[in-house]
Amino acid sequence: MKRIYLDYAATTPLDERVLRAMTPYFTEQFGNPNSLHSFGREANVAVDGARSKIAELLGAEPSEIYFTSGGTESDNWAVKGAARMNRQRGAHIITSAIEHPAVMSPCAQLEKEGFSVTYLPVGKAGIVNPDDLAAAIRPDTVLVSVMLANNEIGTIQPVKELAAIARAKKIPFHTDAVQAVGSIPVSVKDLGVDMLSLSAHKFYGPKGVGLLYIRKGLRLDKLMSGGHQERSQRAGTTNVPGVAGMAAAMEIAVSELDKNYAHIKSVRDYFVERIQNEVPHVIYNGDPVRRLPQNANFSFEFIEGESILYRLDMEGLACSSGSACSSGSLDPSHVLLAIGLIHEKAHGSIRFTFGKTTSKADAAYAVETVKKTVETLRAISPLFAEFKGGAVNV
Amino acid sequence: MYNEKVVKEFSNPQNAGELQNANAVGKVGNAVCGDIMQISMLIDENDVITDVKFKTFGCAAAIATSSVATRLVKGKTVDEALKITNKQVIDELGGLPVQKLHCSVLAEEAIREAINDYLLKHKQTGR
Repeated sequence: MKRIYLDYAATTPLDERVLRAMTPYFTEQFGNPNSLHSFGREANVAVDGARSKIAELLGAEPSEIYFTSGGTESDNWAVKGAARMNRQRGAHIITSAIEHPAVMSPCAQLEKEGFSVTYLPVGKAGIVNPDDLAAAIRPDTVLVSVMLANNEIGTIQPVKELAAIARAKKIPFHTDAVQAVGSIPVSVKDLGVDMLSLSAHKFYGPKGVGLLYIRKGLRLDKLMSGGHQERSQRAGTTNVPGVAGMAAAMEIAVSELDKNYAHIKSVRDYFVERIQNEVPHVIYNGDPVRRLPQNANFSFEFIEGESILYRLDMEGLACSSGSACSSGSLDPSHVLLAIGLIHEKAHGSIRFTFGKTTSKADAAYAVETVKKTVETLRAISPLFAEFKGGAVNV
Repeated sequence: MYNEKVVKEFSNPQNAGELQNANAVGKVGNAVCGDIMQISMLIDENDVITDVKFKTFGCAAAIATSSVATRLVKGKTVDEALKITNKQVIDELGGLPVQKLHCSVLAEEAIREAINDYLLKHKQTGR
C-alpha cells in the first residue's frame, strides 16, 4: 500500500548525509570525550567541533551551548533551573497557554513547589500579545517562557518583542524553539533570548539529542548532577554520534532553508486551499500567515479526530490528532481550547505536517483521502445528522 | 493500541445508519467528552428486536463498540438485550485499551436507553 507521511512535526527521517557524519563515532571513534587518552581526545574534538558549528549557526558562543537528551530535557532544565535558581528573588513564572507539555508540566510541578504561574492567553489566532506579557510581569517574576512556534497549530510567536520586554525588567526569557529550528531562521542574538531549547530529530537529525542555549552569565539550577560534562552543568556522558549528527543536520537545514521553506510552503498551501474548497464544515486552526510553512491544522466538524486518524492511516496517510481520545485524557488539546474552539470542534482536529520530500502529488492524494474519510465518518455521525435536520426524534 | 478485532470492526462497522421506521431510539454521551452514540431499533409485537442501526460520533473504539452492540442485540428479545453488559461487548472485541473501556459502557447504556424509550412509548412503563 502507498504510504504518505504527513507528521513531520512529530519527527523527521534522518538525512543520509547526517547518518554518514555520525557513523564513525559509533565504531572507530568510540571514545568517551572526557577520557584523557587519545581515544577520548579524538571524541572530544568531534564534540567541540559540533559545538562550534552549532553555536555559529545559532548566533551564539560555543560556551553557551549545552548538549542534552532532547527538547523535553532542555525545556525542563530551563524552566525548573531558572525558577529554582531564583527562588530567593521571587516565585512567579509567566508562560503561554499553548506551550508544549515539556514546558507545561514543569510549570505544574513548580506550582506544587509554591511557584505561581501566569498563562498568557493567545486569542483566536494562537498568538501571544506582547501587551499581555508587559501587564503580567510582577516584581517577583523570575522567568518568562514562550515558545517560538507552536507544535500543534504552527503559529509563530513574537518572541523578539516578548524577550525585549522581559529583558527590560531583567527577567530571564526562555523560548522552546523545537518546532521552529530548521523551518524558519533562528538566531539567539537576533531573538534576544536568554535560553533556547531545540531537538535534532525535528530537522532530519537523530533522536535523543538536543541542546539548551544558556546566555553567558545566566546560572541555572542543575537538572542532572554527576560528572563534569558540559562545564559541570549537565552531567552524563556526551552522546557523541548524536551531537555530531545534530551539527550536520543543522548545517544542512540552515543551508537549505530557503529552498525547503519555499517547497514545503507551496505544498502545504496547495493542500490547505483544496481542503478548504472541497471539504465542507472545516475550520483552519491557527493564524493563516504567521505560522510555520509545514503546518496545517483542521477541525472537521461533526466527527472525531482519533477515528479520522485511524481511517486515514488505513489508507496509508500518517498524521496526528488533538482529540482527547488519542492522548488518553478526556479533554482535547489545551492548544485548541486556548484558541477558543469548543470541545466538539477540538475533538475533531487533525494536524498535517509536511516535509522536504513531500510532493504535490502526495498532497493531492492526501486531499482525496481526507475527503473520502470525512464523508464516511459523517455518514455515521449523529451530530451531522442533527445538523442536517435529519435526526430521529428522541 | 487496538487489537485486530477492534480494527476490523472499526474499518467495516456493521449496522451503521439510522432506521427510518424505528420505534425505539436511545442516544447517550455528549459531544464535550467526544462520544455520542445513537441506537435506533425496530421492535416487533413479541418484543423481539428485528432491526437495529447505530450512529456514533467518537473514536475508533466507540465506533467498534457500537457496531458490536448492534450485532449483539439483533434478533434478541427486549429482556435478553437488557442483560447485555459492557463486559460482553469488550469480550466480543477481544479486549479494549484501559482508557477506552468507557466506550463499552456507552454501548450498554445506548441499548438500555433505546429499550427504555420503547417501553415508555409502548408499554407505559420504563425500566
